[in-house]
Formats: sequence, structure tokens, C-alpha cells
Amino acid sequence: MALETAYIQEKMTQKFGNKVLNFSMSRDVFSFEATSDAIYEVIRTLKTEEDLNFHFLTDLCGVHYPDNDENHQFAVVYHLHNWVENVRIRITTYLNGENPEVHSMTDLFLCTNWMERETFDFYGINFIGHPQLKRILNMDEMVSHPMRKEFPMEDSGRTDKDDRFFGRTAQKI
Amino acid sequence: MSDLLLLPEHRYAKVIEQTRNEDGSELSILNLGPTHPATHGIFQNILLMDGEKILDAEPTIGYIHRAFEKIAENRPFYQVNVLTDRMNYCSSPINNMAWWMTVEKLLEIEVPKRAQYLRVIVMELARITDHLICNSILGVDTGAYTGFLYVFQFREKVYEIYEEICGARLTTNMGRIGGFERDWSEAAFKKLDTFLTDFPVAWKEFENLFERNRIFIDRTVNVGPITAEKAMQYGLTGPNLRAAGIDYDVRKAQPYSSYEDFEFDVPVGKSGDTYDRFCVRNAEVWESLSIIKQALAKLPEGPIHADVPDYYLPPKEDVYHNMESLIYHFKIVMGEVPVPVAEIYHPVEGGNGELGFYLITDGSRTPYRLHFRRPCFIYYQAYTEMIKGGMLSDAIVILSSLNVIAGELDA
Repeated sequence: MALETAYIQEKMTQKFGNKVLNFSMSRDVFSFEATSDAIYEVIRTLKTEEDLNFHFLTDLCGVHYPDNDENHQFAVVYHLHNWVENVRIRITTYLNGENPEVHSMTDLFLCTNWMERETFDFYGINFIGHPQLKRILNMDEMVSHPMRKEFPMEDSGRTDKDDRFFGRTAQKI
Repeated sequence: MSDLLLLPEHRYAKVIEQTRNEDGSELSILNLGPTHPATHGIFQNILLMDGEKILDAEPTIGYIHRAFEKIAENRPFYQVNVLTDRMNYCSSPINNMAWWMTVEKLLEIEVPKRAQYLRVIVMELARITDHLICNSILGVDTGAYTGFLYVFQFREKVYEIYEEICGARLTTNMGRIGGFERDWSEAAFKKLDTFLTDFPVAWKEFENLFERNRIFIDRTVNVGPITAEKAMQYGLTGPNLRAAGIDYDVRKAQPYSSYEDFEFDVPVGKSGDTYDRFCVRNAEVWESLSIIKQALAKLPEGPIHADVPDYYLPPKEDVYHNMESLIYHFKIVMGEVPVPVAEIYHPVEGGNGELGFYLITDGSRTPYRLHFRRPCFIYYQAYTEMIKGGMLSDAIVILSSLNVIAGELDA
């Protein structure tokens, strides 16, 4: 029997109530949100429950949303995959901008170790319970978190790549 | 990126101080890399050693980090392509095609069959060169230089085919949104035919040189094994995972670019050791050759790109003589193209594992966020565990057999 997305949704809402929300089919991947205090339990349930069996963590990454409200400034996105049923799932959790922290997944999936270090390195998101949370791609002496949107990429005087000159309002840098 | 100089408070220094072997000998630290001729790339490992036995290792990465994800947030979609082929530079066309397919998924563009088949051909060529490099270099690391010299000329032949298709060799920047920039020339097909007749002969001989070779077997069997369970935990994908006995292949699980039209097997190993990884790659080369032959035989006629003037650059002659083409040309070059707001994850089977692009758009001319799921960044974490208990020379062989590409590791 194929794993139905409706079944996943029912199962998750049954267990976590209003801590899981915004279920939707985002193109070809079923996705939903989980609050940051419940995310560890959500992923653990998805992995360990036999009928869900999302045993492979494909990807973990951070996103910065500076225009959101205070409690939705950062997001951590998890992609899980059930190879037996061949179903992918995406879970997003939003974090507070002042103090972005979320429980580490390293005891569920060993592969998250470096992915969480990378997210910490680039976004300054604190993964509670991570065995060795330090920078991975940038040098230790660096003080900023370069993937945050306020971090300028190149000469700030340069205007030829500015969205305003193309009739758009989205201001990237 | 740290610990280039071993500080007195490094955890290994304490271990050495506290441990004394029965015969009075001491443990030692060896700094392998960052630049070492045997590591084929910039990898640093601080090894804690007892004689020649490795007790623990601490890998340091990031030496060629180029901030591709940050750059991608500041470039129009078509300019991101040149970043992708600098990741896994042993199979750049796969990365290029993966990026175009991600954008096409975002824009919901249907690519014509001919372009899809041509993409399959070029992706399988790239897979062959990727495996060819990995396996022949593994041979070099075990002391067999001949095999490498023998098959390496065929990478050159494949690069000549790339050259015919797109004009470039290593960092190909091949294709466009919706298909290819031009149809393949007759010379390209001719070179492909020559390759398909000459290469299998050489590859068969290469296999014969290694697969039953006593020295090679002694050096690789039971070296750096990994169980299927551990392989999943560490996020291994691609040939390294299949060597451990799991038949997960993105081309089968989630066919893209018409892979469902072709018949091919997914070779699997059993023990996940260096020898199995070598054999899985060898077998995959045969499958790739078979896919290329099937695609050539079934290659349909028709356009080589989708009819999407908003995203596909018009021919240069039209730009000079046709007002509409000029407008489209201007808009595309300035990055002024309509883009929906969406979140896309597109995986492909790269040379060394599942290569995924996670793309978030906000309707502006650049990606809002682009994350590369780089297979070797994830599975290189397992390296420490694989080399523990082995010899130093095994560590070198295991590193080659994992096919870790520095450019992809550090993005």
C-alpha cells in the first residue's frame, strides 16, 4: 500500500495537534511546518514509526527571512525520504531572530552532524545537543554569519545588479 | 577550517600524554594534507596513530570554499549554471543539466524528447568519465599506473565530444533553460560513435587488469567496509551506497529526463568495501554505455529546445534583424524574466551520489535561496569511521575509492 500524504497528515496532527501546520503539496514534495519545540519529536516519529519509515535524511539547510516577524526570522528545512515507498517529505521549522536555536538531530541521523555545522556556520543557528558545533567551511576567526541576508556579497556601491532598476521592489542586499 | 597548527590543548595531545603502550612506545600525530600528492584534492586529516595504525582522525574541510550559495542569491537564474559545473568538475554536464532541470521544474517547462535524450547521452558520458577517473586513480594509489594511462586517453575523447557540443571541455556550461543552445554537430555524433567502438575494448582490458589481480584484491578487499545500516545513517548515496548493498538510484526512483525509457540495471555490491565500490563503478560504466547506445538508437528528430521565448535566448541573427527577438534577448540578459514563487527540490543521480538543488524563489530575478545537496559533503563524514583501525596506506586508498571531489565538498 502506498504511503498516502493524507495518512501522514492525519497521523501527525493526531500526535502533535497544533504544533504541526500548513500541510500542502509543494509541487512534487509533500511539506508542512512544525514548531521549533516539537521538531525533534516530529522527525523522530517520522523516522521510527514503522508505517511512516522516513529513514533517510536527504538534506538539511537554513534560510533567512529578514522581512518576517520576530519569530519567523530563520527557517531550518529538513528533507526526508522513505526509500521503500519512495516518498519524499519536507518539514520546515521557523526560529526566533534574536536567539535562533533548535534541537540537534545528530542522535537520529549521523549525517546531520556536518549539515548542522554548515547551517551554524552560515546562519548562526544554534543546534542544541550537537557534539561539536563549530564552523566548518569558513575559518574559525570569522565573526559574522555570511549567508544572512544583511551580509553584503560584493561592493555595496555597485548598482548594476539592483532590482529597483528592473521595475521590481524585492531588494536583495 | 581550523587546527592547522596543533595546539597544546588539542584533544589528541591529551590522549598521547595519557596513553602509554605496553612496550613503552608512544602514540603519535600525523598531519595528512591539506596538500598532499596522494589525496587528489585539498583534504586535511589530523591522524592519531599507533605506529602505522590509525586510531582516530579529524578531517578539516573548507580550503576551497567559494561561497557558491551566496553568489547564487545574487545572480539571475541562467548565470547560476556556471557555478554548478565548478562543483563536481569530473562530471560537470550532470551538474549543468541538473540545474536546468530544476529551473524547468520551477517554470513548468516541457522539454522536447530529442533534447531529453541528448541530455541523457551527455549525462551518461559524464558519468563514465567520473567513474573512469575514480577507478583508475584508485589503481594508481595501489601502485598500478598502467591502467590509468590506458583509459585516461578516453576522457580526452569525451572532452572532445563536449567541445563539439558546447565549445568547452572541463567547466562546460552546457545547455540552456529548455534544452540545448544548438543542435549537436555531425562531428559530435561521429566522435561519439568512435568512442563507443573504442572505449569498451579498453575498459574490458582495464577490468581484466584489476578485478582478478592478486595485489589489487589484497589492497582493497575488506578495506574500509561500511554496513548498509551505517551507510544510510551517514547519508551515503550513489555508487558508495550501492556497494553496501542498497539499490537506491535516483534514475530509477524518480526518473528525470526520460530515464524511464531506457533499460538498465542498478549494480549493487555486498560488503561496502573498497573492492565493491570499485566493482560497482566498473559495472555502472557498462550500464552507462548501454544507455547511450539505446538513446542513440531511439533518438527522435525534432526541436532541441522548448518553445519558451521568455527564457530561451533567440538566435543571434534574429536579434539583429527582428524587434521581438531583440526585446527577448535584452530581457533575458538583464535577468528580467517572469518567475513564480515556489519551493523546488530536484534530485539527480550525480557521478558520486544524489545531487539535489533546493531552490526557493520569491518572484525576483535571482534565487531567494539555493542550497546544493552535495553528495560528497555528506558522505565524507563517514570517512573517519572507515579508516579507524586501518593502516595509513589504506586511508589513501579509501579516500580515492569514495570519489570525494574537493570542489563539491567545499562548494
